[in-house]
Amino acid sequence: MKSTLKLTLGLASAMFASTALSSVAQAEDLTLCWAAWDPANALVELSKDFTKQTGIGMKFEFVPWTNYADRFLNELNSHGKLCDLIIGDSQWIGGSAENGHYVKLNDFFDKEKISMDDFVPATVVGYSEWPKNTPNYWALPAMGDVVGWTYRKDWFSKPELQKEFKEKYGWDLGPPATFDQLKQIAEFFQKRQIDGKTVYGASIYTERGSEGITMGAMDVLYSYGFQYENPKKPYEMEGFVNSDKSVKGLEFYKALYDCCTPPGASNSYMGEGVDAFKSGQVAMHMNFAFTWPGLQKDENVGGDKIGYFVNPKGPDGEQFAQLGGQGISVVSYSDKQESALKYIKWFANKDVQAKWWSLGGYSCLNAVVKDPKFPASQPYAQTFLDSMAIVKDFWAEPSYAPLLQASQKRFHDYVVAGQGSAKDALDGLVKDWSQVFQDDGKM
Amino acid sequence: MTARPVPPLARDAVQINSIVETIQVTEVGLTMLNRTADSVARATPEPLARKVRGISDKGLAWLFISPTILLLLAINIFPLFWAIYLSFTNYRANRPGEVVKNLGFANYQRILGDKDIWIAMQTTAHFVFWTILLQTVIGFTLAWLIDRKFRGHAFWTTIILVPMMLSPAVVGNFWRFLYEPQIGLFAYAISFVTGIPATHIEMLSNVSLAPWSIVIVDTWMWTPYVMLICLAGLRSIPEYIYEAAEVDRASNWRQFWSITLPMALPFIMLAVLFRGIENFKMFDMVNLLTGGGPGSTTEVASITLKRQAFESWRTGYSSAFAIILFVAVFGLANIYVKALNKVKQR
Repeated sequence: MKSTLKLTLGLASAMFASTALSSVAQAEDLTLCWAAWDPANALVELSKDFTKQTGIGMKFEFVPWTNYADRFLNELNSHGKLCDLIIGDSQWIGGSAENGHYVKLNDFFDKEKISMDDFVPATVVGYSEWPKNTPNYWALPAMGDVVGWTYRKDWFSKPELQKEFKEKYGWDLGPPATFDQLKQIAEFFQKRQIDGKTVYGASIYTERGSEGITMGAMDVLYSYGFQYENPKKPYEMEGFVNSDKSVKGLEFYKALYDCCTPPGASNSYMGEGVDAFKSGQVAMHMNFAFTWPGLQKDENVGGDKIGYFVNPKGPDGEQFAQLGGQGISVVSYSDKQESALKYIKWFANKDVQAKWWSLGGYSCLNAVVKDPKFPASQPYAQTFLDSMAIVKDFWAEPSYAPLLQASQKRFHDYVVAGQGSAKDALDGLVKDWSQVFQDDGKM
Repeated sequence: MTARPVPPLARDAVQINSIVETIQVTEVGLTMLNRTADSVARATPEPLARKVRGISDKGLAWLFISPTILLLLAINIFPLFWAIYLSFTNYRANRPGEVVKNLGFANYQRILGDKDIWIAMQTTAHFVFWTILLQTVIGFTLAWLIDRKFRGHAFWTTIILVPMMLSPAVVGNFWRFLYEPQIGLFAYAISFVTGIPATHIEMLSNVSLAPWSIVIVDTWMWTPYVMLICLAGLRSIPEYIYEAAEVDRASNWRQFWSITLPMALPFIMLAVLFRGIENFKMFDMVNLLTGGGPGSTTEVASITLKRQAFESWRTGYSSAFAIILFVAVFGLANIYVKALNKVKQR
């Protein structure tokens, strides 16, 4: 009887202990929300070290890019508790700060001696600050990213193609320095037979549903002289958004789409671009830098066959590139903010950042990217550094979503559907954007 | 060996016997039911029974249907009235802390004066018109053929019904691959027949072809549904009408126009009503196939609404648009139902 009682008590206490322990473990688990892409897999790998060090488990909620904004902005707007940490897109920073979705990190940074001076300046402005260019921080720069280009080095180095190209255009076939040169190369490769296969000039962003065509068109427009607003008078867009230079830039983007993209590439974004390049369809490929580690490793097009170049210059020699990337923030509706802040502190560490780069993530820490060994650490490292030095970003206003929707519509209507002129599209964009700012009471 | 014919009197006797048996079985059933009801009544606790005894039949009926009515009010009627209220405001669901201003009819004015909204409505009308026309013609023809009851008709009915059983998400995705100009079977087939290079057949990228690519997919998927309804209509036509027509030496053509079509018309009209309402709010397939593109060529009203409501977060504005769409569908459907009733009464 005694032994039965002991056994029962023992089992009961073991059950109680295991339940209590599991609830403690669950309470400590953090959920990190991000997009489903290659860097997310690298972060899963990296975060194992955090769990080892702190005992805090990590869960991940990754959503494909096409639904990423819808899914997580809904989550934040409904004050959901799903995400303790979120790696939100750079354009969300204004809305998330003003609507109280993110925890302000200034005091935490001061306490933990995390200095924003230690990070690449463009990433601090782009991913962390709201209002822009003020020391109000809502995120730690987590994943540097920028639009750049890859090209088929093996095709470019074929002697017969080099000879033909030189005869036709009068300069050596190589990575283009200007957009005009880029178009010449694209035209040269369009519908050319290489290794018994028809290939095409370039893959560019044309996606309609989320942000694709805006990211692609802006990547060109910046270097043509496009400006979002009058630098001296905020929100004054007439003559800046729809300037003659901007019109020329948009006309160029349409010309590039019409002449030199693969058939059916009317709704192409990051995934479609990678597919086009990996399947050997295109000579050049516009995409965010996050795709480069995967392409470098690819058996068919990677290794010695691939090269990288920075976004080319516009007609007046201006050179900019569209900023991508994100910062990591603590969600203000989370019940585990303390643990989430521990993760941010851990992530800001130099060694962690160095490992992050080695695993395929793009560190924004100066100590990593300004290390003398960095440019040689990967074939694309120098292009990444050069690109990050010339970035510009889309509006990061709280109303960024309607602003983005307007540009998606105007650009797609003109570039892909061929409706109206570039001037019409940009005039329409000024009208749409003005309406958004009027609704917000900013104009 | 041939079966001996049964004399008429004996046949009546068999029928009467069967009716008597049915009555007996029914009586036994009713008795059992009464006993069960009695036992349930006895088992009811006295305080509860006392309460229920005082309720009239009408009151009891209300008691039974009230949970359903409450549920409907909560998930249908309340959101409708809430949306009507929001449509007069500048409310944004992503800015809960912001002061909500009453805008009067400003949202409605802006929508009705917006050129892009009217383009979306035209796109929707184009899609609804052509899908209904094609689905009705093809669906009725298929139903008429299946109704011939040829050998293997049951097998072919099942095959024809397959597209309707698939999820729109699956259909949208695999048609996107079929339409792919470089590897798609559709482009290959058209190229094989016409000689046009497959890479030139850009169904989803070409401004002229994209609206038709959606019409084709919707017709492929939903014609079987129209066929089923038409088949039910054709099967409901009594055989003796055709026999009488044959006695009057009416030709097959005459029988079709004077019997088949008029008698199946209420069913055809019902199919048109169902497909019309469904296609007016079509979203999933268009979203998967073209996302409204190229440009805004295939941007039907529901895509515009979704973009305004859940991407631009203009909740008040999109509520007003939703109300306009609701009134349009409700009004058109009402007019149509009245016409349908007239046809049925003929």
